[in-house]
Amino acid sequence: MGKSFPIATVEHPWATIVVLLAAAIVFGLIPLSLAWLWARLYSPAKPGMQKNATYECGLEAKGEAWVQLNVSYYLYAIVFLIFDVEAVFLLPFAAAFSGLSMAACLAMLVFLLLLVEGLVWACQKGVLTWA
Amino acid sequence: MDQDLKTELSKHGIFATSFEELYNWGRKNSVWPLTFGLACCAIEMIATTMARYDLARFGAEVFRPSPRQADLMIVSGTVTKKMAPQVVRLYNQMPEPKYVIAMGACAISGGPFRDGYNVLKGIDRYIPVDVHIPGCPPRPEALIHAFMTLQEKIGGQHLTGESRPRHLQRELPSEFPVPEFGEHGLEPAQNDEVFRNPLKVLQG
Repeated sequence: MGKSFPIATVEHPWATIVVLLAAAIVFGLIPLSLAWLWARLYSPAKPGMQKNATYECGLEAKGEAWVQLNVSYYLYAIVFLIFDVEAVFLLPFAAAFSGLSMAACLAMLVFLLLLVEGLVWACQKGVLTWA
Repeated sequence: MDQDLKTELSKHGIFATSFEELYNWGRKNSVWPLTFGLACCAIEMIATTMARYDLARFGAEVFRPSPRQADLMIVSGTVTKKMAPQVVRLYNQMPEPKYVIAMGACAISGGPFRDGYNVLKGIDRYIPVDVHIPGCPPRPEALIHAFMTLQEKIGGQHLTGESRPRHLQRELPSEFPVPEFGEHGLEPAQNDEVFRNPLKVLQG
């Protein structure tokens, strides 16, 4: 009775992922290559000035793409920072408040101070008064 | 393949088809129209897409807001001379294969506004129209009928040979000249390569 030699299958822990990745790439490439082949065989590409135009609502593009915005919109930018971006930072700050180090807390307070300063400044400018 | 043979085979549970048929079957059941309405006909077009008439049954409910993703332009309504260049430009921006349905009296001839100084007497003066629908406005059923007619037309197109459609022929253009505003309306008044003048057709 001879010894049995099992075939050693040394499987890398990431082998499945590699196989899946390869399958995913092939799965994506098949329709792309079929479309390319189809275009080569039957349907010729017909680019043109209007077909390749940037604007696609029927009107012709006018002027430069580098449009300059009016500088007076800086007020909106500042108020947006104060009321929107600050809120986004405040929520995680509040959630992690008890576990924060002194340095992180100080950094956040400096950030808040800067924005409060902006708020006071905007208030003095009269941005926050309606009617 | 012979049609009789195909029918005979299908009786025995064998489905035979050709590349061309498969291609056309896919194309005709996924025609995406352009989100594009010009006048009151557009309301009927919108009704056609809604639940009561349900254009989705024909695979055409996906109205695309960009001409780059659309296959079909439904010219639904009066084309004013101010709008005509934009319509032609939108058509030019659609990728091949592309089709046009001229919906309603205005789109096919100018309709009741034909004598107006600012109304184009039919969009077929500038772009090739595949299906014309008469009516003012045509009912949604008429649009569905036009749609089915278009599907028949797509189904009958050949992949190879002399009679194959424009999008498969390299030398035929995919863009058509855009008219410009002249002193007396649009110039040129029509694209002679596209427009078949009914008077001249009648005279022979």
